[in-house]
This record gives sequence, structure tokens and C-alpha cells, in this order.
Amino acid sequence: MTKPEIKQKFVAGNLKRRMLVDKIFRGAAFGCVVLAIIPLGSILVEVFKNGALAISFEFLTAPPGAAGEAEGGIGPAIQGTMILIGLATLMGVPAGVMTGIYLSEFGSNKFARTVRFFNDVLTEFPSIVIGIFAFIVIVLTIGSFSVWAGAFALSIIMLPVVARTTEESLKLVPQTIREAALALGVPQWRMTFSVLLATTKSGLITGVMLAVARIAGETAPLILTILGSSLFFQGFDKPLDAIPLRIWRLSLLPYDYSQLYGWGAALILILLVLSLNVAVRMLTGRRMFGLVRR
Amino acid sequence: MTKVFSNSKSIDDKVRKNVFNFDRIFKWIAAGAAAYILAIIILMVIEVARGGEPALTRFGFDFLTGTDWNPVEGREVYGALPYILGTLVTAAIAMVIGVPISIGVAMYLSEMASKNIRTPLSFIVELLAAVPSVIYGLWGLFVFRSYMKDFIEVPLSNSLGFIPIFSGRPFGLDVLTAGVILAIMIIPTVSAVSREVMMAVPNAQREAAYAIGATKWEVFRHAVVPYARSGLFGASILGLGRAVGETMAVTMVIGNAVGAAALPTSLLQPGQTMASIIANEFNEADPFSLHPAALIAIGLVLFIVAMAINVAATLMVSRMVKTKGSIE
Amino acid sequence: MLEDEKITIKSMLPTNKEVQSTNHELILGRFKIILDNFSAYYSGKPAIKDISMKIKSNAVTAIIGPSGCGKTTLIRCFNRLHELISGATTSGRLLLDGENIYESGANPITIRRKIGMVFQKPNPFPTMSIYDNVAAGMKLNGVRDRRKLDEIVRRCLEMSALWDEVKDDLNKPGMSVSGGQQQRLCIARALATEPEVLCMDEPASALDPISTAKIEQLIDRLKQDYTIVIVTHNMQQAARVSDYTAFLYLGKLVEFGPTKQIFENPTEKLTEDYISGRFG
Repeated sequence: MTKPEIKQKFVAGNLKRRMLVDKIFRGAAFGCVVLAIIPLGSILVEVFKNGALAISFEFLTAPPGAAGEAEGGIGPAIQGTMILIGLATLMGVPAGVMTGIYLSEFGSNKFARTVRFFNDVLTEFPSIVIGIFAFIVIVLTIGSFSVWAGAFALSIIMLPVVARTTEESLKLVPQTIREAALALGVPQWRMTFSVLLATTKSGLITGVMLAVARIAGETAPLILTILGSSLFFQGFDKPLDAIPLRIWRLSLLPYDYSQLYGWGAALILILLVLSLNVAVRMLTGRRMFGLVRR
Repeated sequence: MTKVFSNSKSIDDKVRKNVFNFDRIFKWIAAGAAAYILAIIILMVIEVARGGEPALTRFGFDFLTGTDWNPVEGREVYGALPYILGTLVTAAIAMVIGVPISIGVAMYLSEMASKNIRTPLSFIVELLAAVPSVIYGLWGLFVFRSYMKDFIEVPLSNSLGFIPIFSGRPFGLDVLTAGVILAIMIIPTVSAVSREVMMAVPNAQREAAYAIGATKWEVFRHAVVPYARSGLFGASILGLGRAVGETMAVTMVIGNAVGAAALPTSLLQPGQTMASIIANEFNEADPFSLHPAALIAIGLVLFIVAMAINVAATLMVSRMVKTKGSIE
Repeated sequence: MLEDEKITIKSMLPTNKEVQSTNHELILGRFKIILDNFSAYYSGKPAIKDISMKIKSNAVTAIIGPSGCGKTTLIRCFNRLHELISGATTSGRLLLDGENIYESGANPITIRRKIGMVFQKPNPFPTMSIYDNVAAGMKLNGVRDRRKLDEIVRRCLEMSALWDEVKDDLNKPGMSVSGGQQQRLCIARALATEPEVLCMDEPASALDPISTAKIEQLIDRLKQDYTIVIVTHNMQQAARVSDYTAFLYLGKLVEFGPTKQIFENPTEKLTEDYISGRFG
């Protein structure tokens, strides 16, 4: 807008009315914030309120009882989640870190730009399609729902998050540190691992934590890959239970106890996810835009 | 010349027979890891297409336009139209409700909040994004649904029930509830991106407007929005992408309608989206029938839609951030 | 007088007359580095044009000139750091002990071990202790013997006049000492790989006068064992510290000679104008 146009719009006109309009819209903006926060408050309150009633040592460690019987717990689900997170991390983090290294250290060509672009696209991807992919590639090949398939699907979800955080952390290291190492006659690969990664250790760790927080709550791909189970870990090629999956199955049952157990499992899950997010926030001190589950 | 150290020979040897070649290998390994992502995406397209192909060849174009859904052996017919429409309608509701609220939140946080409030408030909004989808679903199923039903849907049905989209007796597990929960879920994404976009608007613009005596709202409307318009649009598209791909929360509150009954003719009736039909039926599908292939074919459609939306959104946002002034 | 160095001349050397006479001088050990029509480019645009000069062993050679004249680019060519920037290329020869370090097939990693560098702003590795910083060049090249490393760390810290100040705190982080000490730490780190040449890019420009004086004393001691090339924008420093001076302007070598002669009796008018401050 040109100066005279702006002047005309702003200076002329009823000042009182303009102040009122301003107040209305500012109030509306604040109202939006309130509207956005209320659901979060409600969720947290309900999960804690209802879930706390379910928590007991038996709940956390015992396998589920027969359907319809109000005994047992979600022990296998907790174990399953931990196994899946561990395996998925092993499968996804090295590839993610190496991708991040490539994008940061070698990444000024067209190939790198393409990878970066699709990396960002993959962060937003419907996880159920990733589950279908894992189903076809692993479950159909092995012949059974299995831990491998679930971990594979989760690792694909982790990959772009880890790659992005690694790249951003590496980019923060000043070029002069690289030059100092290279000037000593250190080969680039050695410099990358011993100097660069050491310098960005906290960045890498927060990246992994964010990725873990993300996959801990993923359910859809698990439905198609590990199926769920009432038993503790039986083998990598067998089905497994996991907390989000168990919440989903419990919600389908008509019994009172299943609702209660669902809340209890939700409490465990929320505690896990929120504490990871809070820890990341404290470690980095700044927002890691785009990496919290969008 | 006095050599201070007597071990230079050993270093020389260590370095000479060196790993310069390894640097080249290192670069290739890293490039390979980067290519892994591309390989996964390509492989995904291929495998999902192959998996769904039996259903697609059997039903052809009718797969996309048909409304019957019958897995019973001997009378199998699969039409995905209700679910495609279900996805679109729930996503549309999510956008209509969620985008204005998100922009309001972003406006408040970037233009109006004082520094002290901004950080904790934005952190809380971010936390919304961290809550897993299945917990949204649980909350929606056992808590939110009754509020929706009692305070919104029943009144709507009583007053406007003659309008087709509000027809039928509502039970709380329907298209509208799913849409509203999706709206809540996209708020963190859309507001975060909108905020970044707004912050990328150069301060000189705002200051020029303030200098002429504009109110905060006027500054926002006339100095910030014109610049940020394409970025805000991109942020909304990102939200659309999230809404389309969201599975568990929708599955748990949309009511699991199947076939022609799943057509979203009324917002107050149960429905089904592409993602939710897969989640609901996949484990029970008879592996010897066309049922799994039909579900995978739906996955393919979802893949294509989500991909297109995400690519468009990423392009839009990155273009705006790059040209109008970088955040980094 | 300088002792003769034992030089091995690789069979890959060209044999034209001019180079032969150069080699003759090399055998006498007088010139450590020889530039022969050397140019450096950024994406095709020359930053250094056709420089030819001979750098004497066990002496301090200063490179001076106004900002943008190419002195930093030049010194970064000595240890092949220049090529790390994408689009950066060179032409001409740069001979270290008679071997062209830019020959195809030459290993930049070995070259960087022989030509060490100290940077303008001290840059110790942030996650490493003082000990590990000095030992970095050795450790990252596979040397594991603890006693050897201890000996090297001590010698280098002594040579850079830092040992007495940090000998009880070797495990403290490298960044925990003052700026001047950090720079001496970087010098010790560069010395640990037993380079033959030490390049210093404005090593004292980020430091206070007292630290600067310490560094200058250090340079004077080090030249007994190393060939030193120092870039500086501080003419008085060049006059104090160096035996030879090269004056660069807009990428070209305007004049090169013994420091005394350059500062008291320069041949070129351009040199005289710069020295007397008529432009900077």
C-alpha cells in the first residue's frame, strides 16, 4: 500500500470505532488461544483422574486376564512398547544420522535438495500407509505378524525426524571447528565422527528423544504389523503387544474394567510422551519447530 | 634441523597408507543413507500399488465411484467412494473450524502476547501436538462425545434437523465429532507454521503501520497478512495433510459405518474415512479374498492424496519463508 | 648458519631447466615453499593472480596487504584448505620441498600434517580437554600409546609457552582458559603433528596486547625449528616479527623481500604508499 493510501485508511475514520474493532479482534484471538488449550486441559485431567485409579503393581506387570474378567494388567504391552522402541531406534537412528550428516556436510547439490524435500514430506505422512507398506514387505514375506514388521514401520517414521534434527544440529557447528580438525591432517570421516558428532551430542540426543516420543504413541502401523497379543515377548517373528495398541483394543470392549484399564494405559503413555517432550524442551531451550509430532 | 620427536616416522606411515579412500567411501555411505529415504518412498508406492492391484483390476473405475462394500464371499463388491468422501468431509470440517482458530492463536502469540506469556503459552500449544492420536480417540470416545452430543448435536438436530446434513438422531459418534476432534489436532501444526510465517514478515512493515497510528489489529490485517498470505495458506494445507492422514482418533469416534451407509450425507450420522476403514477391517479381512487388496487399494488412494497435499504444502511454506526473509 | 635438510626428490618432478635450478637451491635447504605462477579462484573468479615467490626455511615470512588483497586465500592454499569451499580452484604449482602439493594424486591429508595452521580466532575443540586438544592430531590419526601422547602434549605445551600455566589442569576443558591461552593451545595443537611449516592467519588479531606480545615471542622461538608464514594486517607486527615480507594488492604480489628492505627502502611506489599509510 502506498503512503497516501495507508494514511487515508488509518488516519481518517472514527477512532472510537477502530478501537472497538481492535478490542474485538484481540479478544477473539485470545479466545482462540483459550479454545485451543481447553481440550488439552480436559485430556490431561481426564487421563490423570481416571487413569490413576487403575495403576497398581499388578496392572503394570501382569498379563491381561481372560476377556470379561477384571483382573490382570498391561504388562506385556509395556514390555512390547519398550522392545519396539529399542528395535526401531536401532533400525532407524543410524540411517537417520548418516542422512543428516550427508545433508549437512555434502548437501549443496540437487540430490541433497531432493532428499531434504522428501524428508520433510515423509515427516507428515499417514502412518497407516507406512503400516501397509511394512505389512506387505515384512509380514507377508515372513508369514506372520511380527516384531520385525512393527519395528520396521516405526523406524521409517523415526528416520525423517532424526535426519532433520541431525542436519540442523550439525549446521550449528561453526565451520572453523571443521577447519581446525582438517588442518591437523585428520580425514573427513574421522573429523565427522570424533569432532562433529561429539560437539552436537545434545542435539543428536534430543532428536532421538523426539523421534521416540513420536513413535511411542503410534498405533495405526502397529495394528497392521504386530497385531497385538496377551502374551509377553515370544520372539521377533511373533506378534507383540504395545501400549497404544492395547488402549485401542480395550476401547473396543464393552466392559467397565476395560475402560478403566484403557485410562490407566493412557496415563502411562502420556507420562512417557510428555516427559520426553519436556526433557527435550529443557535441553534445547528453544522450540524445535517442525519436529514435535505435527 | 632438530627434530623434537623421534616418532614422526610412525605417524607418517599411519597417515600415508591412509584412509583418503575411506573419505570417498564415507561420502558414498552417507549418500546411500540419504538415498534410503527416496528408496523407501518409491518402494512404498510400488508395493502398495501392487498390493491393491487385484481389487483395482477387478472393479476398475467403479472402485472409486461405487458405494457398496460387501466382503462376504461370493458377493464381494468394493466401492471406496463413501470413505473418500468421508475423508474429505471430516478434513473440511477440521479446516473450517481449525484454521481460523489456529490463525487466531498464531496472531495472539506473535503479535499480541507479552514475552513472558509467549513462551509458556506456545509450549502448551505444542504439547497438544505431542498427545498421541489414540489418546485423543479415547478422550473423544468417553468424554468429548457426550458433550458433543448433548450440547451441540441434539440441539442442532432438534432445530435444524430438517436440513439434510443435520438429519438423523445423533449419538455422538459421527462425522461431526470426528471433524471437531481433527480440528483440535491440527491446531498445533497450523498455528506453529503460521507463527513462523508471521515472524518472517519484516518488522519494518509493522513499524511503518504503527508509526501512522494503526491499532494492533490494523497492523496485523494490513501490514502482516498481505505478506504472510501465501505462507498462511501453506500452513493450512499442512493442516489439511495432517487431517487427511489421521487415523486412530477418527477411527474411535466416527462410528464405523460401512458401505452406502457411510456416505457422509449427514454430519450427525456415523461415517468412515479411508484411514479408519483400513484400521477397522484389516485384521479381520479374509486373506484369501479380495478384501485385503481392496483395503490396500484404499491405502494407495490415501497415499496419493496425502502425498500430493504434503508436497504442495511443503513447497508453499518453503517458498514463502525463503523469499520473504528467513527464520534461521 | 642453517643446516642442510635431507630432501628426497620424487621421480615425478618435471625436469625443465628452471625447476632444476630451483631444485638445486632446495638441496641446499634454503627454500621450504616455492610458488610458481600460482593462482587461486572462487568459482572461476581469481582471488590470487600468478604469484611466484620462494619462502625460506626456518624463517618467518609475513604476508601483508589491505583487506581483500587475497592474503588469507593465499595462506589457505598452503595447506589445501582453500579447496574445501565449493567452486574453489587453483592453478600453477606450489612446491613443498620440491613436491607440487597440488599435483593430481597428492594426498591433502598428508600435506595438512606437514603444513600446520593456526587460525585468526582461537578454535579449540569445544568438547575436549586441554590434553585432548593438543593430542587430537595424534589421537585422530591412530596413535594410542599413552606415554607417547603424554610426552608429545608436554613438549608442545612447553614449546608454546603454555605448559607452566596449565600443567596441573590438563583435564580442564579447552575452552576454559583465556583467549590468549586458547590461541597458544591451538599453536600447541598444530605443533603436535610435527609439521614442517606453520601457517598463521592473523594469530593475534583477536587478542589483547599482552597475549599478542607473548605470541610474537613464541614465533621468534619457533622459527628455529619451523618455517613460519604469517598473515597480518598489522604492519608493525610484521616489522617486529618477520624476516621476509610479501606485499599483496588485489591478488597480485607487488613486492617481496627482506623485511628491513621492504619497510625502509621499498622498490615499488605502491608498497611505499601502503607502508606509509596513504591507503589501507
